[in-house]
Amino acid sequence: MSAARVGVVTFPGTLDDQDAARAVRLAGAEAVPLWHAERDLKGVDAVFLPGGFSYGDYLRCGAISRFAPLMEELVPAARDGLPVLGTCNGFQILCEAHLLPGALTRNQGLHYVCRDQRVQVVNADTAWTAEYETGQEIVLPVKHGEGRYVADARTLEALESEGRVVFRYLGGNPNGSLNDIAGITSEAGNVVGLMPHPEHAVEELTGAPSVDGRGFFTSILKKLVNA
Amino acid sequence: MARVIVDVMLKPEILDPQGQAIARALPRLGFSGVSDVRQGKRFEVELDGPADEAALSEVRKMAETLLANTVIEDFTIHVES
Repeated sequence: MSAARVGVVTFPGTLDDQDAARAVRLAGAEAVPLWHAERDLKGVDAVFLPGGFSYGDYLRCGAISRFAPLMEELVPAARDGLPVLGTCNGFQILCEAHLLPGALTRNQGLHYVCRDQRVQVVNADTAWTAEYETGQEIVLPVKHGEGRYVADARTLEALESEGRVVFRYLGGNPNGSLNDIAGITSEAGNVVGLMPHPEHAVEELTGAPSVDGRGFFTSILKKLVNA
Repeated sequence: MARVIVDVMLKPEILDPQGQAIARALPRLGFSGVSDVRQGKRFEVELDGPADEAALSEVRKMAETLLANTVIEDFTIHVES
Protein backbone atom coordinates (compact mmCIF):
# COMPACT_ATOMS: atom_id res chain seq x y z
CA MET A 1 0.00 0.00 0.00
CA SER A 2 1.33 3.45 -0.88
CA ALA A 3 1.82 6.04 1.85
CA ALA A 4 -0.83 8.63 2.58
CA ARG A 5 -0.08 11.83 0.69
CA VAL A 6 -0.33 15.13 2.55
CA GLY A 7 -0.03 18.34 0.50
CA VAL A 8 1.98 21.20 2.00
CA VAL A 9 1.13 24.57 0.49
CA THR A 10 3.69 27.27 -0.22
CA PHE A 11 2.65 30.86 -0.91
CA PRO A 12 5.15 33.67 -1.46
CA GLY A 13 6.14 34.50 2.12
CA THR A 14 5.30 31.13 3.64
CA LEU A 15 7.96 30.21 6.22
CA ASP A 16 7.02 26.94 7.87
CA ASP A 17 6.49 24.72 4.85
CA GLN A 18 9.80 22.88 5.26
CA ASP A 19 9.07 22.07 8.91
CA ALA A 20 5.54 21.06 7.98
CA ALA A 21 6.76 18.71 5.25
CA ARG A 22 9.32 17.24 7.62
CA ALA A 23 6.68 16.64 10.29
CA VAL A 24 4.51 14.89 7.70
CA ARG A 25 7.43 12.66 6.66
CA LEU A 26 8.41 11.85 10.25
CA ALA A 27 4.88 10.56 10.81
CA GLY A 28 5.35 8.20 7.86
CA ALA A 29 3.32 10.01 5.21
CA GLU A 30 4.47 11.47 1.92
CA ALA A 31 4.73 15.27 1.85
CA VAL A 32 3.61 16.67 -1.51
CA PRO A 33 4.66 20.28 -2.20
CA LEU A 34 1.76 22.38 -3.50
CA TRP A 35 2.46 25.74 -5.13
CA HIS A 36 0.01 28.61 -4.64
CA ALA A 37 -0.02 29.56 -8.32
CA GLU A 38 -0.96 26.10 -9.59
CA ARG A 39 -4.59 25.12 -9.78
CA ASP A 40 -3.68 21.55 -8.83
CA LEU A 41 -4.04 19.59 -5.59
CA LYS A 42 -2.08 16.69 -7.12
CA GLY A 43 -4.57 14.18 -5.78
CA VAL A 44 -3.44 14.53 -2.16
CA ASP A 45 -5.40 12.94 0.70
CA ALA A 46 -5.08 15.94 3.05
CA VAL A 47 -3.63 19.47 3.00
CA PHE A 48 -1.46 21.40 5.45
CA LEU A 49 -1.49 25.21 5.21
CA PRO A 50 1.64 26.26 7.10
CA GLY A 51 2.49 29.54 8.80
CA GLY A 52 4.49 32.53 7.68
CA PHE A 53 3.63 35.86 6.13
CA SER A 54 2.00 34.92 2.84
CA TYR A 55 1.91 37.88 0.45
CA GLY A 56 3.63 39.89 3.17
CA ASP A 57 0.40 39.99 5.20
CA TYR A 58 -0.61 42.85 2.88
CA LEU A 59 -4.12 44.20 3.44
CA ARG A 60 -4.93 41.62 6.14
CA CYS A 61 -3.21 38.36 7.06
CA GLY A 62 -4.41 35.75 4.57
CA ALA A 63 -6.57 38.19 2.59
CA ILE A 64 -4.61 37.89 -0.66
CA SER A 65 -3.69 34.21 -0.29
CA ARG A 66 -7.34 33.35 -0.12
CA PHE A 67 -7.66 34.15 -3.82
CA ALA A 68 -4.58 32.22 -5.00
CA PRO A 69 -5.28 29.80 -7.87
CA LEU A 70 -4.59 26.81 -5.60
CA MET A 71 -7.26 28.00 -3.18
CA GLU A 72 -9.86 27.84 -5.96
CA GLU A 73 -9.32 24.07 -5.87
CA LEU A 74 -8.78 23.76 -2.14
CA VAL A 75 -11.91 25.57 -0.94
CA PRO A 76 -14.46 23.33 -2.70
CA ALA A 77 -12.40 20.22 -1.86
CA ALA A 78 -12.41 21.18 1.83
CA ARG A 79 -16.16 21.76 1.68
CA ASP A 80 -16.45 18.24 0.24
CA GLY A 81 -14.58 16.75 3.20
CA LEU A 82 -10.86 16.92 2.34
CA PRO A 83 -8.96 17.14 5.66
CA VAL A 84 -7.23 20.54 5.90
CA LEU A 85 -5.06 21.84 8.73
CA GLY A 86 -4.02 25.50 8.96
CA THR A 87 -1.53 26.69 11.54
CA CYS A 88 -0.88 30.36 12.30
CA ASN A 89 -0.99 32.11 8.90
CA GLY A 90 -2.72 28.97 7.61
CA PHE A 91 -5.46 29.50 10.21
CA GLN A 92 -5.77 33.13 9.14
CA ILE A 93 -6.12 32.02 5.51
CA LEU A 94 -8.81 29.47 6.42
CA CYS A 95 -10.81 32.21 8.18
CA GLU A 96 -10.39 34.66 5.29
CA ALA A 97 -11.54 31.91 2.91
CA HIS A 98 -14.61 31.35 5.12
CA LEU A 99 -13.76 27.69 5.61
CA LEU A 100 -13.71 28.55 9.31
CA PRO A 101 -15.83 31.26 10.97
CA GLY A 102 -14.51 34.38 12.69
CA ALA A 103 -11.22 36.18 12.18
CA LEU A 104 -7.75 36.65 13.68
CA THR A 105 -6.95 40.21 14.73
CA ARG A 106 -4.02 42.12 16.21
CA ASN A 107 -2.83 40.74 19.55
CA GLN A 108 -4.45 42.60 22.40
CA GLY A 109 -1.08 43.57 23.88
CA LEU A 110 0.16 44.69 20.42
CA HIS A 111 3.33 42.64 20.87
CA TYR A 112 4.45 39.81 18.67
CA VAL A 113 4.41 36.83 21.03
CA CYS A 114 6.96 34.02 20.66
CA ARG A 115 6.94 31.47 23.44
CA ASP A 116 6.14 27.94 24.53
CA GLN A 117 2.43 27.78 25.16
CA ARG A 118 0.37 25.34 27.18
CA VAL A 119 -2.70 24.31 25.22
CA GLN A 120 -5.63 22.10 26.08
CA VAL A 121 -7.05 19.70 23.49
CA VAL A 122 -10.77 20.37 23.92
CA ASN A 123 -11.98 18.27 21.01
CA ALA A 124 -10.19 15.01 20.20
CA ASP A 125 -12.69 13.94 17.56
CA THR A 126 -11.42 15.90 14.56
CA ALA A 127 -9.42 14.48 11.66
CA TRP A 128 -6.30 16.12 13.11
CA THR A 129 -6.68 15.48 16.85
CA ALA A 130 -7.98 11.91 17.17
CA GLU A 131 -4.70 10.66 18.66
CA TYR A 132 -5.03 13.01 21.65
CA GLU A 133 -7.25 12.56 24.69
CA THR A 134 -10.05 15.03 25.27
CA GLY A 135 -8.81 17.46 27.90
CA GLN A 136 -5.16 16.56 27.33
CA GLU A 137 -2.66 19.32 28.01
CA ILE A 138 0.11 19.80 25.46
CA VAL A 139 2.86 22.37 24.93
CA LEU A 140 3.39 23.95 21.49
CA PRO A 141 5.30 27.01 20.31
CA VAL A 142 3.30 30.13 19.42
CA LYS A 143 4.77 32.96 17.34
CA HIS A 144 2.41 35.56 15.97
CA GLY A 145 1.36 39.20 16.08
CA GLU A 146 -2.20 38.73 14.90
CA GLY A 147 -3.69 35.74 16.66
CA ARG A 148 -6.57 37.15 18.64
CA TYR A 149 -9.54 35.03 17.64
CA VAL A 150 -12.77 37.02 17.37
CA ALA A 151 -16.26 36.14 16.20
CA ASP A 152 -19.70 37.55 16.87
CA ALA A 153 -21.55 36.32 19.96
CA ARG A 154 -23.78 33.96 17.99
CA THR A 155 -20.85 32.28 16.24
CA LEU A 156 -18.96 31.91 19.52
CA GLU A 157 -21.97 30.35 21.15
CA ALA A 158 -22.40 27.93 18.26
CA LEU A 159 -18.69 26.97 18.34
CA GLU A 160 -18.89 26.30 22.08
CA SER A 161 -22.18 24.41 22.04
CA GLU A 162 -21.24 22.29 19.01
CA GLY A 163 -17.87 21.34 20.47
CA ARG A 164 -16.02 23.11 17.67
CA VAL A 165 -13.46 24.79 19.92
CA VAL A 166 -10.59 22.34 19.44
CA PHE A 167 -7.83 24.07 21.46
CA ARG A 168 -7.79 26.52 24.32
CA TYR A 169 -4.84 28.41 25.77
CA LEU A 170 -3.82 27.45 29.29
CA GLY A 171 -1.61 29.36 31.69
CA GLY A 172 -2.10 32.78 30.12
CA ASN A 173 -3.78 33.85 26.91
CA PRO A 174 -1.00 35.11 24.58
CA ASN A 175 -3.17 37.38 22.44
CA GLY A 176 -6.49 38.20 24.09
CA SER A 177 -8.33 35.59 22.02
CA LEU A 178 -12.04 35.36 22.95
CA ASN A 179 -12.85 32.45 25.29
CA ASP A 180 -9.09 31.64 25.25
CA ILE A 181 -9.65 30.01 21.85
CA ALA A 182 -6.44 28.71 20.23
CA GLY A 183 -8.05 26.62 17.49
CA ILE A 184 -11.40 25.65 15.99
CA THR A 185 -12.87 23.21 13.51
CA SER A 186 -15.45 23.24 10.75
CA GLU A 187 -18.89 21.72 11.26
CA ALA A 188 -17.79 18.46 9.64
CA GLY A 189 -14.55 18.33 11.67
CA ASN A 190 -12.27 17.95 8.62
CA VAL A 191 -10.95 21.54 8.62
CA VAL A 192 -8.96 22.60 11.69
CA GLY A 193 -7.15 25.88 12.28
CA LEU A 194 -5.00 26.92 15.22
CA MET A 195 -2.43 29.58 16.04
CA PRO A 196 0.16 27.33 17.79
CA HIS A 197 2.64 25.31 15.74
CA PRO A 198 2.51 21.51 16.01
CA GLU A 199 5.01 21.20 13.13
CA HIS A 200 7.70 22.84 15.30
CA ALA A 201 7.19 20.32 18.10
CA VAL A 202 7.95 16.95 16.57
CA GLU A 203 11.64 16.38 17.27
CA GLU A 204 13.80 16.41 20.40
CA LEU A 205 16.76 17.58 18.35
CA THR A 206 15.45 21.03 17.50
CA GLY A 207 15.03 22.06 21.10
CA ALA A 208 11.30 22.35 20.82
CA PRO A 209 9.52 22.43 24.18
CA SER A 210 8.02 19.03 23.48
CA VAL A 211 7.18 16.54 20.79
CA ASP A 212 3.50 17.11 21.52
CA GLY A 213 2.86 18.20 17.93
CA ARG A 214 3.35 14.67 16.59
CA GLY A 215 -0.26 13.76 17.41
CA PHE A 216 -1.57 15.99 14.60
CA PHE A 217 0.35 14.01 12.02
CA THR A 218 -0.27 10.57 13.49
CA SER A 219 -3.98 11.45 13.75
CA ILE A 220 -4.32 12.32 10.09
CA LEU A 221 -2.16 9.42 8.98
CA LYS A 222 -4.22 6.91 10.94
CA LYS A 223 -7.42 8.38 9.54
CA LEU A 224 -6.17 8.19 5.96
CA VAL A 225 -4.78 4.70 6.30
CA ASN A 226 -8.00 3.42 7.85
CA ALA A 227 -10.20 5.24 5.33
CA MET B 1 -11.80 59.72 -14.39
CA ALA B 2 -13.08 59.64 -10.87
CA ARG B 3 -11.71 58.80 -7.48
CA VAL B 4 -13.78 56.67 -5.13
CA ILE B 5 -12.84 56.47 -1.47
CA VAL B 6 -13.44 53.31 0.51
CA ASP B 7 -13.07 53.70 4.27
CA VAL B 8 -12.72 50.48 6.24
CA MET B 9 -13.16 50.43 10.01
CA LEU B 10 -13.22 47.62 12.55
CA LYS B 11 -16.78 47.04 13.71
CA PRO B 12 -17.55 48.93 16.93
CA GLU B 13 -17.66 45.72 18.97
CA ILE B 14 -14.20 44.57 17.78
CA LEU B 15 -11.35 45.58 20.07
CA ASP B 16 -8.92 48.01 18.43
CA PRO B 17 -5.70 47.83 20.48
CA GLN B 18 -3.87 50.09 18.00
CA GLY B 19 -6.48 52.82 18.40
CA GLN B 20 -6.28 52.42 22.16
CA ALA B 21 -2.50 52.76 22.11
CA ILE B 22 -2.81 55.97 20.09
CA ALA B 23 -5.47 57.31 22.46
CA ARG B 24 -3.19 56.61 25.42
CA ALA B 25 -0.25 58.32 23.74
CA LEU B 26 -2.08 61.58 22.99
CA PRO B 27 -2.24 62.97 26.56
CA ARG B 28 1.49 62.26 26.94
CA LEU B 29 2.06 64.49 23.93
CA GLY B 30 0.00 67.27 25.41
CA PHE B 31 -3.24 66.65 23.50
CA SER B 32 -6.22 66.67 25.82
CA GLY B 33 -9.97 66.23 25.41
CA VAL B 34 -9.79 63.01 23.36
CA SER B 35 -12.11 60.31 24.67
CA ASP B 36 -11.37 57.57 22.11
CA VAL B 37 -9.47 56.79 18.90
CA ARG B 38 -10.31 54.07 16.36
CA GLN B 39 -7.86 53.22 13.59
CA GLY B 40 -8.96 52.18 10.11
CA LYS B 41 -7.89 52.02 6.48
CA ARG B 42 -8.60 54.31 3.55
CA PHE B 43 -8.44 53.13 -0.06
CA GLU B 44 -8.36 55.57 -2.98
CA VAL B 45 -9.72 53.77 -6.02
CA GLU B 46 -9.05 55.53 -9.33
CA LEU B 47 -11.62 54.70 -11.99
CA ASP B 48 -11.03 54.81 -15.75
CA GLY B 49 -14.47 56.27 -16.29
CA PRO B 50 -17.07 58.21 -14.34
CA ALA B 51 -18.27 57.13 -10.90
CA ASP B 52 -21.71 56.17 -12.11
CA GLU B 53 -24.12 53.71 -10.54
CA ALA B 54 -22.53 50.70 -12.25
CA ALA B 55 -18.98 51.69 -11.29
CA LEU B 56 -19.95 52.30 -7.67
CA SER B 57 -21.64 48.94 -7.55
CA GLU B 58 -18.36 47.38 -8.72
CA VAL B 59 -16.42 49.23 -6.03
CA ARG B 60 -18.91 47.99 -3.47
CA LYS B 61 -18.26 44.44 -4.68
CA MET B 62 -14.48 45.03 -4.42
CA ALA B 63 -14.91 46.23 -0.87
CA GLU B 64 -17.02 43.25 0.14
CA THR B 65 -14.74 40.75 -1.59
CA LEU B 66 -11.26 42.01 -0.79
CA LEU B 67 -10.83 45.45 0.78
CA ALA B 68 -12.83 44.67 3.92
CA ASN B 69 -13.33 41.49 5.89
CA THR B 70 -17.00 41.95 6.68
CA VAL B 71 -16.72 39.47 9.55
CA ILE B 72 -14.87 42.14 11.55
CA GLU B 73 -14.98 45.32 9.46
CA ASP B 74 -17.52 47.81 8.11
CA PHE B 75 -16.89 49.97 5.06
CA THR B 76 -18.27 53.17 3.58
CA ILE B 77 -17.90 54.39 0.01
CA HIS B 78 -17.97 57.93 -1.31
CA VAL B 79 -16.91 59.71 -4.47
CA GLU B 80 -14.24 62.34 -4.02
CA SER B 81 -15.17 65.56 -5.75
